[in-house]
Amino acid sequence: MLASRPLSRRAAGNGAGLGLGLGTLWLSLIVLLPLAAVVAKSTDGGWSAFWHAVSSRQAVDALELTLGASLLVAAISAVMGTATAWVLVRDEGIPGPVRSVFNAVIDLPFALPTIVAGITLLALYKDVAFTRTAIVLALLFVTLPFVVRAVQPVLLELDREMEEAAASLGASALTTFRRIILPNLLPAIVSGAALAFARAVGEFGSVVLFSGNIPFKSQVASVFIFSQVESDNTAGAASVSVVLLAISVVVLLGIRRVGRSHA
Amino acid sequence: MLSRWGLRGAVLVYLGALLLVPTGLVFYRTFEHGLGAFWDSVTTPAAQHAFQLTLELAAIAVPLNTIFGIAMALALVRGRWRGKALVEAIIDLPFAVSPVIIGLSLLLVFGREGWIHLPFQVMFALPGMALATIFVSLPFVVREVVPVLREVGDEQEQAAATLGATGWQTFRRITLPSLRWGVAYGVVLSVARAIGEFGAVSVVSGHIAGKTDTLTLLVQERFENFDVRGAYAASALLAAIALATLFTMTLTRRRTA
Repeated sequence: MLASRPLSRRAAGNGAGLGLGLGTLWLSLIVLLPLAAVVAKSTDGGWSAFWHAVSSRQAVDALELTLGASLLVAAISAVMGTATAWVLVRDEGIPGPVRSVFNAVIDLPFALPTIVAGITLLALYKDVAFTRTAIVLALLFVTLPFVVRAVQPVLLELDREMEEAAASLGASALTTFRRIILPNLLPAIVSGAALAFARAVGEFGSVVLFSGNIPFKSQVASVFIFSQVESDNTAGAASVSVVLLAISVVVLLGIRRVGRSHA
Repeated sequence: MLSRWGLRGAVLVYLGALLLVPTGLVFYRTFEHGLGAFWDSVTTPAAQHAFQLTLELAAIAVPLNTIFGIAMALALVRGRWRGKALVEAIIDLPFAVSPVIIGLSLLLVFGREGWIHLPFQVMFALPGMALATIFVSLPFVVREVVPVLREVGDEQEQAAATLGATGWQTFRRITLPSLRWGVAYGVVLSVARAIGEFGAVSVVSGHIAGKTDTLTLLVQERFENFDVRGAYAASALLAAIALATLFTMTLTRRRTA
């Protein structure tokens, strides 16, 4: 056993070294270089040009709308996602096959192209098209699986004995949920909601047709960036992009921290 | 009892109103004038070309990302080096970055006034769209292979090495077969994402009708040209691909579990 160690480590080490070299090259070329170009472009005209671009009324409006809608969507998603996970895992009143169908359907927003998601919602909810409600609906659709899929495994693992003990000691269903279940689920709910928020902030395809893209009313940040690219203002587009990128990075790092402290 | 029914009802209404009814309605609208109308709409020259281009992009992006994914997963799980946490965070970036920003970033590198000038046209042509597709579908295979690689451990690899297998033999005969379901799952997710990508491809395609239109871009173009039924037909085709993906995912997940 001991004698084999150096040999195998060398074999694995070679493969891993090659993998690392190629992988890092690929990552740098495809991901890092382009994102660096965005950051560089945003400060092309110096700090004042960057500030001018992100503080224009249309940009501020789009960013505010995006953040507000994303926060609202993350909150609704946290509540409804937890409830959905609960029904999928615990609700024995619904027959098993029906639950498995629903369970499979939860992932539909991940599999469905975003532009199709937009068209789909537009087909049914014509009345709210081109409003802020449309934006919230579209974002709720595309972020639906995050909280469900984060909470579901935790709920499956959760020890039912604690709940039974609480119930036998006279706790009501609500008290049991609030004192026993919710604290156990909270890290999963928070990280699922944060993922939903990060996704909502950058969402484009499902919103672009449904929101109508009306400046100061229903134009989200990603659509604003797109319109700036179309009108050849790439520096302005890059500036607002950097703000969105910064938000994504902060949220991603936050999720990693939550995950690590509860691992 | 009442609260249980309330919760169940709320969840079913939520899923129905958000997922099932809208999706069902698109299929209904697509097929309400019969299968013939649908068929005509998805076999126009523009639609055929869009379908072909979509498949080409997936056929370029997915194999490259699969090779990258396996190599990177091996390096992350088996290798010992500094900066792993940073590389893992960078791999997740394509999930967190808005598709529009991805498109813009490629435009800034390969565009008219970009950093890199190649002898052939990259933007508003196939290479740029392929780069966008690679970017957005990059993390899937890595994400799926890393946990599998951790799970299987390296005892079998060590045994193979003891018995005189070269690094490549060990990889081909031992490591790769044990990863197959993880890789398969990652590939399915990558294909779905590659076919469905809209925002990033939209920025770098230049919307040249009949030339750089993918299926998702065709949906938008038809919709904006008031060909709503045609947009629904192309959407239904994409939704069918998504449902097939879901089905395959459920099957392969059962195998990996």
